[in-house]
Formats: sequence, structure tokens, C-alpha cells
Amino acid sequence: MIAEAVRRSPFAGYAERFAALSEATGGELTIRVLPFATQLNLRMDPKNLSLVQRISEVLGFGLPVTPNTVGAKGDRRALWLGPDEWLAVGPDGQQDELTQALTSAFNGALGSVTDVSANRTLLEIRGAKARELLAHGLAIDLDPRLFGPGRCAQTLLAKAQVIVERRDESGFVIYVRASFAAYVATWLLDALAE
Amino acid sequence: MLIPCPWCGEREDNEFTYGGPAQVAYPSDPEAADDASWARYVFFRANPKGKLAERWVHSAGCRRWFNVVRDTVTHQITPA
Ligand SMILES: [Zn+2]
Repeated sequence: MIAEAVRRSPFAGYAERFAALSEATGGELTIRVLPFATQLNLRMDPKNLSLVQRISEVLGFGLPVTPNTVGAKGDRRALWLGPDEWLAVGPDGQQDELTQALTSAFNGALGSVTDVSANRTLLEIRGAKARELLAHGLAIDLDPRLFGPGRCAQTLLAKAQVIVERRDESGFVIYVRASFAAYVATWLLDALAE
Repeated sequence: MLIPCPWCGEREDNEFTYGGPAQVAYPSDPEAADDASWARYVFFRANPKGKLAERWVHSAGCRRWFNVVRDTVTHQITPA
């Protein structure tokens, strides 16, 4: 008999405690484990403008070339990770389709698309108290004038390397490496107690 | 200490990893270099009290290498 492989979020064990917390804060703070996502690491030369154009067409929006910004449309987004590196994010199940579309857009140009969907887990932190909570462990300035909607950063949350994305005025998404999920979850719950 | 990443701007120093002094010239004729000059290239570094060109990598951020000039007394950093 072959056991069926079941995917389980590294945050799954914390979902109940996160839910209880949202209730306790009367909605001032909600922490939600986001569903699995398609996550592709994209490497290419942004100085190749016709390539940028072709990749943008596949994505459905302009590839963000300004450091630490996000391009998005609908349920698909791309986060700037480096001068020649991005993270393309979309709904789960589009891994093969999007990889194929991006790869064929290279059209011979140098670059790579790598499926890193299992690398990081997404956690949404939302509410009037979201910024205050994150500021306990993030050294970057979360002031909306500097880090408003459409901004992202790779930095340290407490001692874990994460990607932080500001979705809107009161909503953040953090991308956490699977092996750091338990640490980040317990750190968040602990920081909340303060 | 804040370190200016050329891509991400100023970030806390714990996001970075030190890569040693910069601008260490590789032997111009490596085939002809003797043991002494290799040893000098690999192991010998100036240890100035004052300005020093250094390599840093933004390891917890964009993971790019870059050079800065840091004053070893005041920690004041100026772009390389
Ligand atoms: Zn950087």
C-alpha cells in the first residue's frame, strides 16, 4: 500500500492560535496562513528591454525594476529580489504553466526560471496593530511614506530571514522559509503578548 | 552601524556579511608568481587605522556584493 502524500503548511499547527488571537484583539490584528502558492525564482538581465517586455506580457504587468518594489495584477505578482532576480507569485497549480510561459519568453536570452514554491510559506498580518507588531522584530522603517503598498524588502524578522511585502495600508504578507516557520510563529505569538 | 547597500539603501549591519579588504590585486602574471608573492596575495593585508576599502555582501537582503570605504576608527562609511 502506498501512503498518499499530503501537503501540510509549516504554519498549520499554529492556525488555531492565530485565529484565537484575531478574536481576542477584536479584529485589530489578524494573522492568517495563506494558501499554497506558485512561487518561481526568475533570473534575467533587466537591461535587455525586449526581454523585459516579453516577460511583462507573460506576467500581465510590468516587471518591477525598481529595487524592493512589487508589480501585481489580479492574483499574480512579482517581487524584486535583486538587480537580476525576482520572485513571481501566483495561485497554486500554475507552476508548470507559468514556468513554461516565462521560459519560452526568454527566446534564447540568458536567464532561468526555478520553481521554489516549497521554499517559503506565506503569512498575512493585517489590522491596525499589524505595523506595531512587525516593528518589534523588523529593523526596516515601516512608515507608509517609505514602505507603502507595493513595497517589499528582504530583511530579518527577529533572527529569521524573510521577505516582507506591504499589500495595502494595513496588510502585510511575510514570506518565511519553511524551516523557520515554527520560530517565526512562536516569535509572533510571543511578541503579541507584549 | 548602518551599511548602505547600493540596491536596498541603508540597512542594519546584521543583515550583512564581511568579505575582507577590497582592491587586493591578483598577481598580474600568476604563472610567474613565486610562493612568497602568492603568500603575500593570499594572506597579507594592510591593517590601517583609518580608511579601508572593504567587501560586503547583503546576505539577509538582496545577496549582492559591493565595496565600501569604512573608517576603522569611526566606522564612518563612504561609497567606494
Ligand atoms: Zn541589498
